Amino acid sequence: MWSWETAREGLPLILHGFGITLLATVFGSLLAVVLGLGIAVLRRTPSRWVTLPLRAAVEFVRSTPVMIQLFAVWVLVPGLDPLVIGIAVLGVHYATYTSEVYRAGIDAVPKGQWEAAVALSLPPVRTWFAVVLPQALRKIVPALGNYVISMFKETPFLSVITVNEMVHEANRFGSDHFAYLEAFTLAALVFLVASCPTSILMRKLEKRLAH
Amino acid sequence: MLTDESPTPTESGAAAPAVRFDQVVKRYGDNTVLDHLDLEVGRGERVTLIGPSGSGKTTILRLLMTLERVTEGVVHVDGEPFSHMPGRGGRLVPADERHLRARRRRIGMVFQHFNLFPNMKVLDNVTEAPVHVLGMDRDEAAERARGLLELVGLADKQDAHPTRLSGGQQQRVAIARALAMRPDILLLDEVTSALDPELVAGVLDVLRDIAHGTDITLLCVTHEMGFARDVSDRVLMFDGGRVVESGPPERIFGSPEHGRTREFLGAVL
Ligand SMILES: Nc1ncnc2c1ncn2[C@@H]1O[C@H](COP(=O)(O)OP(=O)(O)OP(=O)(O)O)[C@@H](O)[C@H]1O
Ligand SMILES: [Mg+2]
Repeated sequence: MWSWETAREGLPLILHGFGITLLATVFGSLLAVVLGLGIAVLRRTPSRWVTLPLRAAVEFVRSTPVMIQLFAVWVLVPGLDPLVIGIAVLGVHYATYTSEVYRAGIDAVPKGQWEAAVALSLPPVRTWFAVVLPQALRKIVPALGNYVISMFKETPFLSVITVNEMVHEANRFGSDHFAYLEAFTLAALVFLVASCPTSILMRKLEKRLAH
Repeated sequence: MLTDESPTPTESGAAAPAVRFDQVVKRYGDNTVLDHLDLEVGRGERVTLIGPSGSGKTTILRLLMTLERVTEGVVHVDGEPFSHMPGRGGRLVPADERHLRARRRRIGMVFQHFNLFPNMKVLDNVTEAPVHVLGMDRDEAAERARGLLELVGLADKQDAHPTRLSGGQQQRVAIARALAMRPDILLLDEVTSALDPELVAGVLDVLRDIAHGTDITLLCVTHEMGFARDVSDRVLMFDGGRVVESGPPERIFGSPEHGRTREFLGAVL
């Protein structure tokens, strides 16, 4: 039976959990976005000593479930704050996906742009940051955004390594008060309310970059 | 008459040629595009490359711009090895990126499809390399860029985005961008062939001004025979990876000796 009373009581706890969820998403995404770019750029270096191990590592991370990676790191690296482990694992896991997004975006920059950069003797840093990436980014922001949203929805996995994110807190409140209905309904509502502005923001960003 | 006015740098004796291809071979797989090519371009000389499609004209320019590497042979610029550098024991080995980077800025290139940076305004396209390669002060670079845009007739477009410009305007910006690096050698690869016919003349006029107003060394590939006649000291006819015939434009266009040249000119003129 739904009880408004219980719901009101559980809300602060769930909102606190949501704060942790947001924290994990924001820092996890930052890591994924930066590391993914690094991987994509490194994978274009001509040296096989760099590209082959990198490809293997990316393949490995991508083909194992994120839940198992969370557990593995948690067990293998004791003493680290579970939230930090969670952010690192989510970030690295998603970096393997964002690196593919970057790669597609970089490949879509016409060859003539690279050639013009050579003809002007631009140093590699300028070629990447002033010519190639600005052109690649505007095409891939939507895809990157989708991964951020996916990561947001996967943060409940962090509960398995005792991070007190929202679903973890909902579960705890639910069992303490025999109020799973209220707890998970609230959690679902918070997710829903949070994803609306995110989607709108993403669409605005996409539109701005399209021009 | 034209030859009288044109510089004849080969007469200057001691000065090394601006460009020298020494037995250059370029292969793509089994396809031999350049077959032991020897080629010299004097300082300040204007050379036009003509020849049928696939004869390797673009390849020559791309080798010089270091967009491609030679398969065999050596490319020299200003008398020094360019595609190669002295390795252990003084033997020439293929140049590394550092060797190329130190020398490639003497050379500029204008492409058939302009290749302007669409994410930068016109002015920034022109100042990018002077600021970030030559280390020029931003204001000075902008000042010079405005001068160059004026030269190509686009002074009013400095704040425009390249995608808003016509093909002819884009190509003139690309010319200004290449000149901003003050190259000694300018490579032009069919710079008008992607343009609508009515825009060709504007671009060629700009190039004529540059040819007549500077002492830059020009290597150009073009199907515009009138232009080639106006600016070149020498025309090279290519076929099958080799130079079949070379000489002043009057002679090549007026009384070609080689059958392949006559055939080719008959088809394009
Ligand atoms: N990257 C490449 N890979 C394989 N083959 C190539 C490559 N670039 C050029 N070729 C081949 O080299 C030959 C010469 O090409 P090139 O572009 O130099 O000819 P061109 O004289 O400029 O012709 P066009 O008048 O059509 O521009 C052609 O047969 C072409 O197919
Ligand atoms: Mg060509």
